[in-house]
Amino acid sequence: MAIRNKLNLDPNQIAACRAYAQTIGDQIQAFIDRHSTVTVERTVCRLAGVDGVDAFEVPIPNRFVDEVHKTGDLSRGVSVYLAAALQATGLDLAAFTAAYLQDEVRLCGHPAVSPEAAVRILKPYFDHSFAQIAAKRRQRDEFVKRFGKPACELYVIVATGNIYEDVVQAQAAAEAGADIIAVIRSTGQSLLDYVPFGATTEGFGGTYATQENFRIMRKALDKTSKKVGRYIKLVNYASGLCMPEIAAMGALERLDMMLNDSMYGIIFRDINMQRTFIDQYFSRSINALAGIVINTGEDNYLTTADAVENAHTVLASQFINEAFARLAGLPESLMGLGHAFEIDPAIENGFLYEIAQAEMAREIFPNAPLKYMPPTKYSTGNIFQTQAHDTLFNVATTMTGQSIHLLAMMTEAIHTPFLSDRHLAIENAKMVRTTMKSIGDEITFCPDGIIMNRARTVLSQAHDLLRSIAETSLFAALEAGVFADVRRSRNGGKGLEGVFEKHPDYLNPAMDRIKEAHHGH
Amino acid sequence: MDIRPYGDTSNDGKVQVAFTLPIPAGAKGVECAKEFARKLGLTDPNVVDCEPIGAGYSHYIIYGSTPFAIDPDLIHVHEVETPALSMEEIETLIAAELGRDVVFVGASTGTDAHTVGIDAIMNMKGYAGHYGLERYKHVITYNLGSQVANETFIKKAKEVHADVLLVSQTVTQKDVHLANLVELVELLEAEKMRDDVILICGGARITHELAKELGYDAGFGPKKYAEDVAAYAVLELIKRKNRE
Repeated sequence: MAIRNKLNLDPNQIAACRAYAQTIGDQIQAFIDRHSTVTVERTVCRLAGVDGVDAFEVPIPNRFVDEVHKTGDLSRGVSVYLAAALQATGLDLAAFTAAYLQDEVRLCGHPAVSPEAAVRILKPYFDHSFAQIAAKRRQRDEFVKRFGKPACELYVIVATGNIYEDVVQAQAAAEAGADIIAVIRSTGQSLLDYVPFGATTEGFGGTYATQENFRIMRKALDKTSKKVGRYIKLVNYASGLCMPEIAAMGALERLDMMLNDSMYGIIFRDINMQRTFIDQYFSRSINALAGIVINTGEDNYLTTADAVENAHTVLASQFINEAFARLAGLPESLMGLGHAFEIDPAIENGFLYEIAQAEMAREIFPNAPLKYMPPTKYSTGNIFQTQAHDTLFNVATTMTGQSIHLLAMMTEAIHTPFLSDRHLAIENAKMVRTTMKSIGDEITFCPDGIIMNRARTVLSQAHDLLRSIAETSLFAALEAGVFADVRRSRNGGKGLEGVFEKHPDYLNPAMDRIKEAHHGH
Repeated sequence: MDIRPYGDTSNDGKVQVAFTLPIPAGAKGVECAKEFARKLGLTDPNVVDCEPIGAGYSHYIIYGSTPFAIDPDLIHVHEVETPALSMEEIETLIAAELGRDVVFVGASTGTDAHTVGIDAIMNMKGYAGHYGLERYKHVITYNLGSQVANETFIKKAKEVHADVLLVSQTVTQKDVHLANLVELVELLEAEKMRDDVILICGGARITHELAKELGYDAGFGPKKYAEDVAAYAVLELIKRKNRE
C-alpha cells in the first residue's frame, strides 16, 4: 500500500514515537524474558496435546501445572516434569493422562531428565500440534486465495449465550454481508484462571471461549463461506488470565482474529500488569505462528476517558502495542490496531477531529489492518438518532480507509443486538461504502485547517507522552493512570500469584520452536 | 380525557412497529406480518417494508392505527421528588447540614460489562456537561467499575462505611439485570445493612417506580445526571439524620 501523507505529518516525529515505543517495549521485554506464568505453562501442556477435564470439570492442564506448582519446582517449566513422567512410566501422553485421572500416576517425583532429553521426549507431541496449526494456516490461505479479501471487512458480534443460537445469527449476518463474526465471550471469563471445556448453551452475555465452541462456529462459518463465496472470519478473545491458552486453542481451530491487547486486562479487568505482559507475549507469539490478526483495545480508553482530551493516549498506546507485537514476531499485516469514533456529537467540528484521528492512524500505520470501533458512549435509547450517528461513523470509516469496520448497532445502548439490528447495520455500512467509495481519494485537507492542526497536535502530544514513559517505565505510567484515567499498581490486581521467575535451566520447547519459526520467516 | 397516539391528526392512533419473522421475505411473509399486526390490535396495518435479512429470516416495518385509548388521569407515576440543585448548592448543603464527607460506592454489578452509566454519574468528567460526583467537594467516591459481584460490592461498602450505594445496569439480556438487582437487596438484608445505606439503581431501563418495586430507595433513568442523584442522596441523608 502506498504511504499517503495527506495530513502532512512530520515523519521524524513519527519515527521518534516508534523509537520511544521500542524502548518502552524493550524494557518490559527484558522483564518478560526472565519470567513465566501458570497459564504459559498450561499452554505448553495444551500444545503438547493435553486437553480435557477431570470429574470436577477442572481442566487437565490446570491439574498438571497445579501439581508442579505445589509439589515440584515450576520455575523449571512444566515440560521437564511432563517429559520425566512419560520417560519413567513408559506411557504415551494419552495413556498417562488417563492413568493420571485414575490417580494411578503423578507428574512429580520421577527421576529428572535433562532439558535436551525433555525436548526429545516431547518432540512427537509438539510436532503433532505444530503440524495442525500449520495445516490450519494453509487452509485459511487457500480460502483467502479462492475467495479474495475485501479491503475493508465488516465485523459484527453475536452474543446469545448459546453457541448453537450464535451459529444461526452468525450465518444470517454473513449472508447479509458481514465478513467477520466475533463471538462474544461469557461475562467474567477474563477473570477465570482456567479455560472452560465443551459447548456453551447457557452463557451470560455470551459463550465461553472453549475449543469446542471454536470448532462448532468454525465449521458453520466454513459452510457459509462456501455458500456466499466469501471467507467468513472468526474472532474470539485471547484476553484475561488465560491469554496464551486461548491463543493456542484458536491456532488449533483456525480462528482468524483475536482480541489481544498488551494492556487491556491491566486497565479494564484489574489483572496484574506483570502477569499480563508475560502472558500477552506468549499469546502473541502463538498468534504470529498461526497467522492470526490481533485486535488491540485502544477504543476502550475512550469509553472511560474523554475522546477529545485523551486522543493522544490512543495513538501512544497504538505505538506501544505495535512495539510489543513486533517483539512477539507479528508482522504489520497481523496488527489490528484499534481506535474508536467516540467524540460527543454535540461538540462543534467533532466529526473533523474524528477524521483527523482516523486518517492519522491510517497514515502512521499504513500496513496495519486498523480496527475502527463505532460510537457507543453517546448512543442513547433514541434508535433513530443512533442510526444517524452511526452513519457518520460509517462515512469516517470509508473516507479514511479503515480495514476492520466494526458495525455500529442502533440498539447499542439497549440490548445485545437483535437479528434485525445487525442487518440494518450491515445495510447502512454497505450503502455508505458504495455511494462514497472513492471519496478518500478525492479529498485533500486544507493546509493548516482544523483537521491538519488537530492531527499535528495529537501526534505531538503522543510523542511527548511516549518520551516521558520511555524515561520512566510503562509500569510507572500504568501506576500513574496515563491510559483511560485508570491507575493500577505493579503488585496489585488479579493473577500475580501465578507469576514466577524462570530457573536458569527453564525449558519451554513450544516457545523455542515458535522462535525458530519466526527466525525462519 | 382519553388519548391515542398522534400521527398527523389528533387521535388517529398511528403507531409504527418493526419485527423479524423466521420465514423468507415475500408475499406470504407480508401477509403473515399483517396478520401478526392485526393480532397486536392494529387496524389497517400497512407493511411499508419487507426485507430478507439472511438465513431464511425477514424483517418488516409496519404502520397502523390502534383502536385503544388511555386516560392519563388514571395513570400514576412515581418520580423521585427532589428539587433540582446545582453542584455548588449540594456541596454547601453537605457542609452545613451534615458536616462530614459523604461516601458513595458505585459499580456496574453482575454480568454487565458496561461502565458508561456509572461513569456518567461518578467520573470527574461526568456526562453531557454535568460534572460527576468525583468532582464534588465533601464527597468521597469509589467507582468499582463493571462486572462487580454483589458480594464484592457489599464488602467494599462495608469497608469504607458507604452512605450511598449506586448500582448501574446498562445492557441486559433476558432481564438478567432484574434478578441481579433483587439479589443485592437480599444480600444487604442478610447482612443487616439495608437500612444503613441509601440504595440507588440507575440505567437506561430503570425507572423510579421499578426501583421502588425492587426494594431500592430510588431509581434514575435516562437524562438524569450526577446532580440529580447527589441531590436526592444528600437530602435523604439529611432527612434521616434529623429523624434520629
